[in-house]
Amino acid sequence: MDINNLKKTANEVRKGIVTAVYNAKSGHPGGSLSSADIMTYLYFEEMNIDPADPKKADRDRFVLSKGHCAPALYSTLANRGFFPVKDLETLRHTGSYLQGHPDMKHIPGVDMSSGSLGQGISAAVGMALAAKLSNADYRVYTLLGDGEIQEGQVWEASMFAAAKKLDNLVVIVDNNGLQIDGKIEDVNSPYPIVDKFKAFNFNVIEIDAHDFNQIDDAFKKAKETKGVPTAIIAKSIKGKGVSFMENSAGWHGKAPNAEEYETAMADLKKIEESL
Amino acid sequence: MADKIATRESYGNALKELALDYPDLVVLDADLAAATKTGIFQKAYPDRHIDCGIAECNMVGIAAGLAAAGKIPFVSSFAMFAAGRAFEQVRNSVGYPHLNVKIGATHAGISVGEDGASHQCCEDLALMRTIPGMVVMNPSDDVEAKAAVKAALDHEGPVYIRFGRLAVPVINDTPDYKFEIGKGVVLKEGKDITLIATGLEVSETLEAAKMLEADGVSAKVINIHTIKPLDEDLVVKAAQETGKVVTIEEHSIIGGLGSAVCDCLSAKAPTKVLKIGVEDRFGESGPAVELIKKYGLDAEGIYKKIKAFI
Repeated sequence: MDINNLKKTANEVRKGIVTAVYNAKSGHPGGSLSSADIMTYLYFEEMNIDPADPKKADRDRFVLSKGHCAPALYSTLANRGFFPVKDLETLRHTGSYLQGHPDMKHIPGVDMSSGSLGQGISAAVGMALAAKLSNADYRVYTLLGDGEIQEGQVWEASMFAAAKKLDNLVVIVDNNGLQIDGKIEDVNSPYPIVDKFKAFNFNVIEIDAHDFNQIDDAFKKAKETKGVPTAIIAKSIKGKGVSFMENSAGWHGKAPNAEEYETAMADLKKIEESL
Repeated sequence: MADKIATRESYGNALKELALDYPDLVVLDADLAAATKTGIFQKAYPDRHIDCGIAECNMVGIAAGLAAAGKIPFVSSFAMFAAGRAFEQVRNSVGYPHLNVKIGATHAGISVGEDGASHQCCEDLALMRTIPGMVVMNPSDDVEAKAAVKAALDHEGPVYIRFGRLAVPVINDTPDYKFEIGKGVVLKEGKDITLIATGLEVSETLEAAKMLEADGVSAKVINIHTIKPLDEDLVVKAAQETGKVVTIEEHSIIGGLGSAVCDCLSAKAPTKVLKIGVEDRFGESGPAVELIKKYGLDAEGIYKKIKAFI
């Protein structure tokens, strides 16, 4: 693992997120930026995937349960070579294949359509179950928002995953602490998140979502864990990398204007130069 | 006429009989395997039956994931929960990505009986019909229910099949019986009026047609086992030939077969249509046969409504 390379790639993913949302004039930059490092790690380090053969049967699967962070998934897939980075500028445009939320029918590399919160994790559980039923050894990853886990279906899926011993499943919670209406603990607190997943019989690992050593360590431990699914609770910064978006609920679902876009790209340019 | 059998029983038997021919078939249930009759499959193929517990929304999502990974899942629960509670999961996780998930929904309509209105789903056909790409079937007897299960497995894409709790007569055990998704079946020719029925109302409608015949009214009877896609050519032709149409279903008169037929005829062959079904109200507890009579959905009730219509 070349950490500096991963950091550079994640920074490119962030540029793609900001550019896509700017051109779309709508979308969700905050949670996309907070999850960019983990998605970069998954697609550039962890997962068995092939951009030339996006539907190969034995591939690892990823389900973006927090589907509104499609810009992060699309930017990661584009930078990984599934489709041209330039196409990110068509996000949410009429006629573009880059739909506002992940669309598996039209976007190379998208393993599951999602967007209605709480549903992606169930599909990921179904994929992990399919692997077990077929004696296949692929793994399944799903990324959830910390606001998303207010949905009851998340806990239905979690109960089932542990009951069926789906140790090929990794649930990642992007714990940036903010949802549209404010701080998650003020809106309807899901805390203690770690204890909840422990109570649901998961192997639980807490990490800093922006530290590639911790990310790497967590996914390695997940792979070694047998008999139970793993939950990685990743403490993150919403809007990470763009100064004025960091830790701001206001940037959950808003596009930057031209001036803000320039500032955001300048912030990311500075990070690039520091690497 | 052969013995009566509930279409949920036919469903369980069909799953078991087709298991070897369809190795990717897996069956999911939500703690109702004994009632939905997927237990028949479970007993024969325990490794291919997944009980998801009492969590229907998650079950539908799991089925979506299984289908995305190449399995052919049949998910089962009562119609109320499969089509009602999990509607949005069916819409977004199955319908939108057009995944190869089959929904076997049992205990539909008022013929659920004693459990009462909370479990008597009279809205499922309406709900499922609105989802783009969804095939919606409502077989009338044992023969058709089994044929529908096989057809669903051969069809690529989401399918909803409605099954009943009440034992119903076998009416399709003829040597030339053929089942095709989207094709209605003319069970009786007639020139004065067309009766279009679905599900357990098909046998009641055949009886009602005999009563009309005795009064000198020649009624054509069509069995529509596929609500969507509707056999529009057959419906339009019959409407043009007879000039009057009656739809009969054990479902709300809002959104089901009656609405599908009216949607079709209003555009292609405006015709006066009488919709017979569950009026805009909830059901209630009682033995199924008594409820069907009380709600005017038995042969005599149908006959009386048609007499008043013509």
